[in-house]
Amino acid sequence: MTGPEAAGGPDPADPVARLGAADAAGGWRPVLGAGAVLRRCDVRQAELLIVPERIVVLNDEAAAIIRLCDGGRTVAEIVAEFPPEGAADVRGFLDDVRARGWLR
Amino acid sequence: MLAELTHGCPLRCPYCANPTRLVTRSGELDTGEWRRVLGEAAALGVLHAHLSGGEPLLRGDLAEIVAGASGIYCQLVTSGVGLTRERLAELADAGLRSVQLSVQGSSAAASDVIAGRRSFAAKERAARLVVAAGLPLGVNIVLHRHNLDAVDELIELALAWGANRVELANVQFQGWALVNRRALMPTRDQVAAARAKVAAWRGRTEVELVWVAPDYVDGTPKPCMGGWGAISLTVAPDGRVLPCPAAYDLPLDLPNVRDHPLEWIWADSPAFNAYRGTAWMREPCSGCPRRHEDFGGCRCQAYALTGDPRRTDPACALSPDHHLVTEAVEDGGGAFTYRTFSRPRPVL
Repeated sequence: MTGPEAAGGPDPADPVARLGAADAAGGWRPVLGAGAVLRRCDVRQAELLIVPERIVVLNDEAAAIIRLCDGGRTVAEIVAEFPPEGAADVRGFLDDVRARGWLR
Repeated sequence: MLAELTHGCPLRCPYCANPTRLVTRSGELDTGEWRRVLGEAAALGVLHAHLSGGEPLLRGDLAEIVAGASGIYCQLVTSGVGLTRERLAELADAGLRSVQLSVQGSSAAASDVIAGRRSFAAKERAARLVVAAGLPLGVNIVLHRHNLDAVDELIELALAWGANRVELANVQFQGWALVNRRALMPTRDQVAAARAKVAAWRGRTEVELVWVAPDYVDGTPKPCMGGWGAISLTVAPDGRVLPCPAAYDLPLDLPNVRDHPLEWIWADSPAFNAYRGTAWMREPCSGCPRRHEDFGGCRCQAYALTGDPRRTDPACALSPDHHLVTEAVEDGGGAFTYRTFSRPRPVL
């Protein structure tokens, strides 16, 4: 019953290290982890990632990235949907969300 | 939102958070009423529902209730007794997202004594089914005098069973746990040793380990539900709505979903406004810099221990009533009073 927390969005920190981690996954096709649900909340006018005991409020870009994680697209294909200057951020965000168990 | 679908339960845990005056099965909301309540909750902005009890699997219509949850993220909170492969598949098809399984002890013998019934094997089987179904598994363990020393073994067990999250909740002395306070009361040494063991585990596993602190021992009050009427509500089996699952005995006129829309109950009912915000507070809370963090501590505990729900939670070291708690910590021991429907309300 944790309330919404401010979170989400590509983490600009250390893009080089994060880039390496995403590439190491090779053919990773991200998809929401077990129990993770992406949904819009009209009451809060927000995109939310809902997992057991936690609700994460996503900013627009974070929600756009997660929405592309359909298990079909590769990381490279997801990254290609965003401006090239943000590529490292998108990869870093995917790694970060996977580390939390919300993507697999 | 916590939905106490029934107070019926195959277990008889002496630390049960349910009220000592349990709602009988005949008084429960029916399927249509629960679906309506969940629909109203969704419209209000409720995102998570814990389908709990008692034992929610005793409700034969559980899958129908889940299917009517209107997009709310549903988690089953269960003893594991009665969970079959077919039942779980039915619930998952209806939209169940996750399962939280209670465990009482690290061995069958220890667990069954605390649960008051042979149930450990059913729990082990339930965990296997949940993992096989690909649903996230949470293992919930209430810690007290009779299992704190086994916290290492309890964590090992939860990890071996495939838990994604382990909640190690030091017993909160509400409901049946207040009746059993002496029998459940840990020693300060037990708590300190268990705390250190859990800290050591944090470096050894990626699995989330949640330590719910013992307020009596620490002298630090719990932040009342994240604020009274701020982020959570509980619906009782008979439709009463509570700002907190321990609030059954508070001197409040509890509103009922049979009489009022949930929106009115949340926003306007006297019960949900009784301790909202900080204006109701008295000293030492009203001038305390932590009043926006702990909200004066637990109203239910203040009432249960002092008879006045507006007093500072006696668990707080700053409370003039704090001696009530420290004396209780020094006075542990004795036998369990197991949970039952038939017993008249016991007195501490």
